[in-house]
Amino acid sequence: MIKFLKLNIRQGIVPRVTLYAVLICASAFFLLPIYLLLITGLKSFQEVDLSTMWSLPKTIGLGSFLVAIEKLYPNLLNSFYLTIPATFISAFIGAINGFLLSKWKFKGSAIIFPLILFGMFIPYQSILIPLVQFLRAIRLYGTLYGLILTHVVYGLPITTLIFRNYFAEVPDELIEASQIDGCGLYGTFFRVLLPISAPGFVVVIIWQFTNIWNEFLFAVTITPDQAIQPITVALQNLAGSQIVQWNVQMAGALLAALPTLIVYIVLGKFFIQGLLAGSVKG
Amino acid sequence: MFRSKKEFTAAFLSLLPTFIAILIFVYGFILWTIRVSFSAWVGVMPNFTFTWFSNYADIFTSERFQIDLWNTFFFTIFFLSICVAGGLLLAIFLDRKLKGKSLFRNIFLFPMAVSFVVTGVAWRWIFNPGMAGSPTGINLILSQTGLSGLEWGWFTQPAQFLHFHVALIPVVIAAAWQLTGYTMAMYLAGLSGIPLEIKEAARMDGASEIQIYRRVILPMLAPITLSVLIILVHISLKIFDLVYTMTGSGPGFATDVPGINMFEKTFRGNRYGEGAAISVVMFILMALIIIPYLLHSLRREKK
Repeated sequence: MIKFLKLNIRQGIVPRVTLYAVLICASAFFLLPIYLLLITGLKSFQEVDLSTMWSLPKTIGLGSFLVAIEKLYPNLLNSFYLTIPATFISAFIGAINGFLLSKWKFKGSAIIFPLILFGMFIPYQSILIPLVQFLRAIRLYGTLYGLILTHVVYGLPITTLIFRNYFAEVPDELIEASQIDGCGLYGTFFRVLLPISAPGFVVVIIWQFTNIWNEFLFAVTITPDQAIQPITVALQNLAGSQIVQWNVQMAGALLAALPTLIVYIVLGKFFIQGLLAGSVKG
Repeated sequence: MFRSKKEFTAAFLSLLPTFIAILIFVYGFILWTIRVSFSAWVGVMPNFTFTWFSNYADIFTSERFQIDLWNTFFFTIFFLSICVAGGLLLAIFLDRKLKGKSLFRNIFLFPMAVSFVVTGVAWRWIFNPGMAGSPTGINLILSQTGLSGLEWGWFTQPAQFLHFHVALIPVVIAAAWQLTGYTMAMYLAGLSGIPLEIKEAARMDGASEIQIYRRVILPMLAPITLSVLIILVHISLKIFDLVYTMTGSGPGFATDVPGINMFEKTFRGNRYGEGAAISVVMFILMALIIIPYLLHSLRREKK
């Protein structure tokens, strides 16, 4: 009886056909831009014509991608040079902070945590002018190091938050046991918590990688020199240019989206966890 | 849990770098931006001559910033409505035994992994209206399906009704494309936490399926709706990259937003004082929403 009821309720009153019709229409909407980027990128230069922009390519040509790669390759590398160190540094510091704020509570940690957390909600426009002045003063303006520093600092609130919530689930007895075994603060962190924090790291690293790779405002402000710009800025320049053909722009857009799309396809489960964690436990 | 003074010192010293960095990069910089907003800084060289509220007077009397505020208002309303309604609907549809469930979920959510810049480039071509007689993008589809009556200028249309610029519509669609899946994921997580027995009990009491959702499920999802609204408002108040790449300021600032205005005034026009004033207004709008929310959710966490 119960089993029958459950089945009935899960199926609900919406008929299957309607259900699938809506879901398929929604899928078409969500896939539309990717369809356009893909078919345009794959068309040969002779075939690229705005009046047939929605039709499938008659012959597959990789010409647009080759031109896009040629134009964007240095920037693609810049994005990796920027994203990888910034991701790992902010993840590691976030892990230590999260550990301290969840397991080593002291007077004032109830105030410090929200103060740190607030940093991820500010509109970055409101710190942009001092940031540029500051980076100029320490001679990091216009360099990837300046951009890495910026992403590390403004990434700390979210990485700290995710690790704090992650470590809060670790039972206190585990920490106490390691203390009895004679582990100090860092002994406990490196020998007890770090070995069990791989899932937390995966979530944080994916989250930071995606965010830093996709970021635009800091990049366009801090790196005016084309040679060191990350790919998002280079793509915007390419798309704003009158002389670059639009099929190359589309291929470039797909190229810029590819690394994070691959991460999403391969590690989607962790991506969703980060997404939900990033919204502050409500 | 500290056993010794030494451990306390070690913990304190480990948190210190983050604390100092946030103190400088967040709080110090915001105060400095406020200071700049009261200054006469125009041009490449900093000039901190104190001018009280003259920058604020300048931006609030400028037509462009007034349009920005209206655009932010309408953009927020439509963007939030579409994301919440669409996300909730998709979540309810997917919250059941269904073939291809995870495939659908992944398709709806993948835009979250893509940069706003990529979104902007793709949707700019989709909504690019083309010329009269040679339509492109959506207009091309409309004309080929015999619906040429529905063709219009999309984001190139300067028209407005009661301060609502119609050119914002394509931008809202692109933004909703990116974040409806996120809303759906949040609601799906919430729905999976609601025990089946609750639905069953309501059903036993004779409630129809729609009543169950309206009276039972939706109220239980209220905390998630609040989180979603906060995150989406946060995105819409500071939005820059999507609009900047997709349409820019648009005809007669039809798609201009404070983020673009601030960026162009400051880093293209060297009007640092006014740029800072715009960003302070953005900050205050954000703080009015975020601070109560943060306090609320941290207090709940304590309980």
